[in-house]
Amino acid sequence: MITIKNLYKSFGESEILKGIDLEVKKGETTVIIGPSGSGKTTLLRCINLLEIPTRGTIHVGQKTLTFGEGSDPTQRDIIELRKNTGMVFQGFHLFPHMTTLDNVMEGQVTVLKRSKEEAREKGLGLLEKVGLKEKSSAYPYQLSGGQQQRVAIARAMAMEPAVLLFDEPTSALDPELAAEVLKVMKDLAHEGMTMVVVTHKMSFAQDVAHQAIFVDGGILLEKGSPTQVFKNPRHERTKLFLSMLDD
Amino acid sequence: MLDDRAVRIIEILKDSFIPLLQAGLVFTVPLALVSFVLGLGLALLTALARISGIKVLEAIARFYVWIVRGTPLMVQLFIIFYGLPKAGIIIDAWPAAVIGFTLNVGAYASETIRAAIQSIPRGQWEAAYSVGMSYPQVLRRIVLPQAARVSVPPLANSFISLVKDTSLAASITLTEMFQIGQRITAATYEPLWVYIEVAFIYLMICTVLSRLQNYLEIRLGKYVIK
Repeated sequence: MITIKNLYKSFGESEILKGIDLEVKKGETTVIIGPSGSGKTTLLRCINLLEIPTRGTIHVGQKTLTFGEGSDPTQRDIIELRKNTGMVFQGFHLFPHMTTLDNVMEGQVTVLKRSKEEAREKGLGLLEKVGLKEKSSAYPYQLSGGQQQRVAIARAMAMEPAVLLFDEPTSALDPELAAEVLKVMKDLAHEGMTMVVVTHKMSFAQDVAHQAIFVDGGILLEKGSPTQVFKNPRHERTKLFLSMLDD
Repeated sequence: MLDDRAVRIIEILKDSFIPLLQAGLVFTVPLALVSFVLGLGLALLTALARISGIKVLEAIARFYVWIVRGTPLMVQLFIIFYGLPKAGIIIDAWPAAVIGFTLNVGAYASETIRAAIQSIPRGQWEAAYSVGMSYPQVLRRIVLPQAARVSVPPLANSFISLVKDTSLAASITLTEMFQIGQRITAATYEPLWVYIEVAFIYLMICTVLSRLQNYLEIRLGKYVIK
């Protein structure tokens, strides 16, 4: 589903990603862990090209793009690849001037050119799925953080992406609100949604992830099943990092 | 004696009110409205050029704003109306005024719009990009509607200033409200009262505009916490 080969990303002088290789199979959930500044968020943002890689190849769904070899992908290529991915942000980033339902309809109508009726039906279905159908005419400011994040998940799902990307989706939420978001994510994972999740929620990773990776200093240091990576890490660095997580 | 004078003044004010109001509604308001609408369009293009990341466009936009903001509006109007004919470009008073005011609004409002666009958090762009929107789609659907809300108070300032600045068009022979006021004053020798009356009509027009601003702020602000 996703194949990343030899991915490099620099911001000016500093190299954030130093040759990442990663594969995510269809229907599987991959969890990315790592310390602040390790490049884990940059890696995630490279998958939907919110950051343009300096070098390397990214394959998502049907689309393969190669960077840093003369002819860089066009804007059109980038948009096509983004249509295959959905993203959920740490800060939710709902469109504040639109109701909950309009948030979920927006991409469907503007990008996928679905009719309003079709988009509304699909939108209401997704809001129901995340438990917020009754909030469909509320504005984002009227929702709690957890509710906003669930709407954001519905918004991403509405595009029927091949893969959903989560960038620390619960780290701005208190434990109770985080739990309701994690529940939605678990449901999605169990339904066979392909997901890549940057998170420090170890219990979530243990429960649903098929693959866990540990990134440090822009290098993919550890890769394997969650049990392997969390219980029997091969590197001292991984052990040290895991020992500092309290979840 | 005083009574006679008071009666005369009231008579003058009464007789001049309708012509003044008419000039206001027929010339001042349309002149301001047309110039503002055209100016906003120009301002949006200028603002987009300024943030386009394309060096040439940025330089052109910067140059335009620099010229217009750095020179008096009155001088600009004189150049357009009295100066350009010497270069073979003859423009009537009305279009000359519209051109002058449009260029002025375009420059000042472009800075307002640019600031408003840049005040929209990066995350809004990213969220919109992440659902596959293109740059124009993000602007039209996500960023500009939010920027519009932020721009209403400063743009209303610009518009109200413009309504009053249209009085400068009197100096390029346009018979707008202020010029009618000057004519009445010349005929009656009552500058104090006639000009107060003129000021009063400007005040009325601007009061209506302030109300409109409130309405717009409420309408566009329904999605934020009060």
